Amino acid sequence: MIGPLLEVRNLAVHIGGLVAIADMSFQVPEGRIVSLIGPNGAGKTTAFNVISGYMRPTKGRVLFDGADITGLPPERIATRGLVRSFQRTSVFAGCTVLENALIALHGRGRAGLLGALLRAPAQRREEARLLAEAHSMLDFVGLAARADTPAEVLAYGEQRRLGIVLAAIVSPRLLLLDEPAAGLNPSETQAAMELIQKLRDRRMTVLLVEHDMAMVMQISDSICVLNQGRIIAEGSPAEIRQHPEVISAYLGSGHWEGADAQA
Amino acid sequence: MSNAPWAFVAALAAVPVLVPNPYVLAVLTLAGIFVIGAISLNLLLGYTGQLSLGHGAFFGLGAYASALTSLGFDIGIGFGLRLRVDPQPVWLGFLMAILVACAFGWMLGRLAFRVRGAYFVIITICFAQVLRMVALNWVELTQGPMALISIPPVSLWLPGLGVVPLVTKAQTYWLVLAVGVLAFLLVRQLVESRIGRALIALRSNEALARSVGIPVTHYLVVAAVVSAGIAGAAGSLFAHYMGIVDPDVFMFIYTVTMVIMVVTGGKGTLWGPVVGGLIFGLIPDLLRGRAAPELQWVIYGVAMILFVMFLPRGIVPGVQSLLRRRA
Ligand SMILES: Nc1ncnc2c1ncn2[C@@H]1O[C@H](COP(=O)(O)OP(=O)(O)O)[C@@H](O)[C@H]1O
Ligand SMILES: [Mg+2]
Repeated sequence: MIGPLLEVRNLAVHIGGLVAIADMSFQVPEGRIVSLIGPNGAGKTTAFNVISGYMRPTKGRVLFDGADITGLPPERIATRGLVRSFQRTSVFAGCTVLENALIALHGRGRAGLLGALLRAPAQRREEARLLAEAHSMLDFVGLAARADTPAEVLAYGEQRRLGIVLAAIVSPRLLLLDEPAAGLNPSETQAAMELIQKLRDRRMTVLLVEHDMAMVMQISDSICVLNQGRIIAEGSPAEIRQHPEVISAYLGSGHWEGADAQA
Repeated sequence: MSNAPWAFVAALAAVPVLVPNPYVLAVLTLAGIFVIGAISLNLLLGYTGQLSLGHGAFFGLGAYASALTSLGFDIGIGFGLRLRVDPQPVWLGFLMAILVACAFGWMLGRLAFRVRGAYFVIITICFAQVLRMVALNWVELTQGPMALISIPPVSLWLPGLGVVPLVTKAQTYWLVLAVGVLAFLLVRQLVESRIGRALIALRSNEALARSVGIPVTHYLVVAAVVSAGIAGAAGSLFAHYMGIVDPDVFMFIYTVTMVIMVVTGGKGTLWGPVVGGLIFGLIPDLLRGRAAPELQWVIYGVAMILFVMFLPRGIVPGVQSLLRRRA
């Protein structure tokens, strides 16, 4: 591929009279982990909402794999290979962990109305295949022991992990993760980081929003810094650490170490 | 466990032989027709989580479509043209009932599933009331408040016997039981499939469902069409069983009755509408002659409130979790 996997061009989002995103442009090259950082209210979640189709931008374009996806509904964008996770913990409550995984595997099946009613051998094979995939993903992320547990009774950290799994199991080309480590303890954060790296190794490109600076600095290939709805800096972790505007606008104000307090 | 449902069906099938009492069979048949309606409503209300308060409309549409097909009609359709349909066999009326209800289910699905929550509920109520007005006022077609009468009973082709009208109470009872079993199996196959998971995902967390690529509105329409079709079939059985259909089939109370059956039995469970449907389908007849009509409704309401208070998720899930705690 020649161009970037994701390109955001001159994005602006006005909510009521409020400017949530003023003018945002950035790119995500294929195969990388790119982080989007910035103080609370900077517009990170809003950017995710626009990119994944939950909000229409006031201005600007979102290009995925060279095609304009601005304004497409979320399910169409997901089918094209761009899937996001949610900042607020989001699972299918009332369903077990395994059922959660099976639901998220929807796009990997074909069975329609007639197939469902008749349960022909082809349909049964498909169900068996989806079940095997769900189990193998739960194994992969260390939730196999929880397969039959209702999602809503999982511990907080496990629910966060399931949230990532539901997005990742779709096998998107681009995975958008909104604060996957929020509220996690250090060992859970470490596990989340390893999971994200494993997903990248499975050929997923990752766009990450995260407040835990240690994690961001460690796993990002590049970082975009957002402040008051604008990208103020872009570069490798080393470059971002040195960037004067970043230090004054964001890192200097105590967010650097106090990342956990943001959650 | 997997044999228990079939034993239940066998027991129901044996009732006309063991209790050849026409009154008992009539009561059970009518309750059975409402159980089918409740099964269809459960697909929408229980599995997709959308409260449709116009569900009785599909039932009424099925009743009218089936009755009109089997009675025939001759109406002006404007521009000096007339549409004339000769009386058709009842099985064709039954199919028409399903088709017409499915078509309206599709329309309602397309229209109302663009809006959710309170607006959806309001649209479904209006939908049923508009149909009631049509049934009342399009006298040339529906006879209005004078009702469609002399609707023939269901006839069935039976090996060796040819086409026989099902006139006895036992025959009608068995027919309703058969359609009920079919409706149950249809919904079971659907909800225990990839489509069913999509419906449950929509109910549980719509934003998340869309994020993993599930086109939720598409599956809502699928569920609405299947649900409406089953309700239409129940309406057809109702018309041919009663022999008379009037605009009152579109009354709000029929929808409310079905909602009560689904909610008390346990929405989103396969057996909930069966249990709730039997209980609330039979209560009025068990009380008949024992309590004044006004008191019957009071008892009906109190029973519903008690069930919802003590088993908020419904009888079937409540009993299941009780049994699990024992084990
Ligand atoms: N649905 C909404 N309604 C009103 N204001 C919103 C909405 N979503 C976001 N905002 C506002 O937009 C700005 C950016 O918010 P957000 O994208 O959530 O920031 P971040 O994720 O970077 O913390 C904030 O000022 C927030 O209050
Ligand atoms: Mg946010």
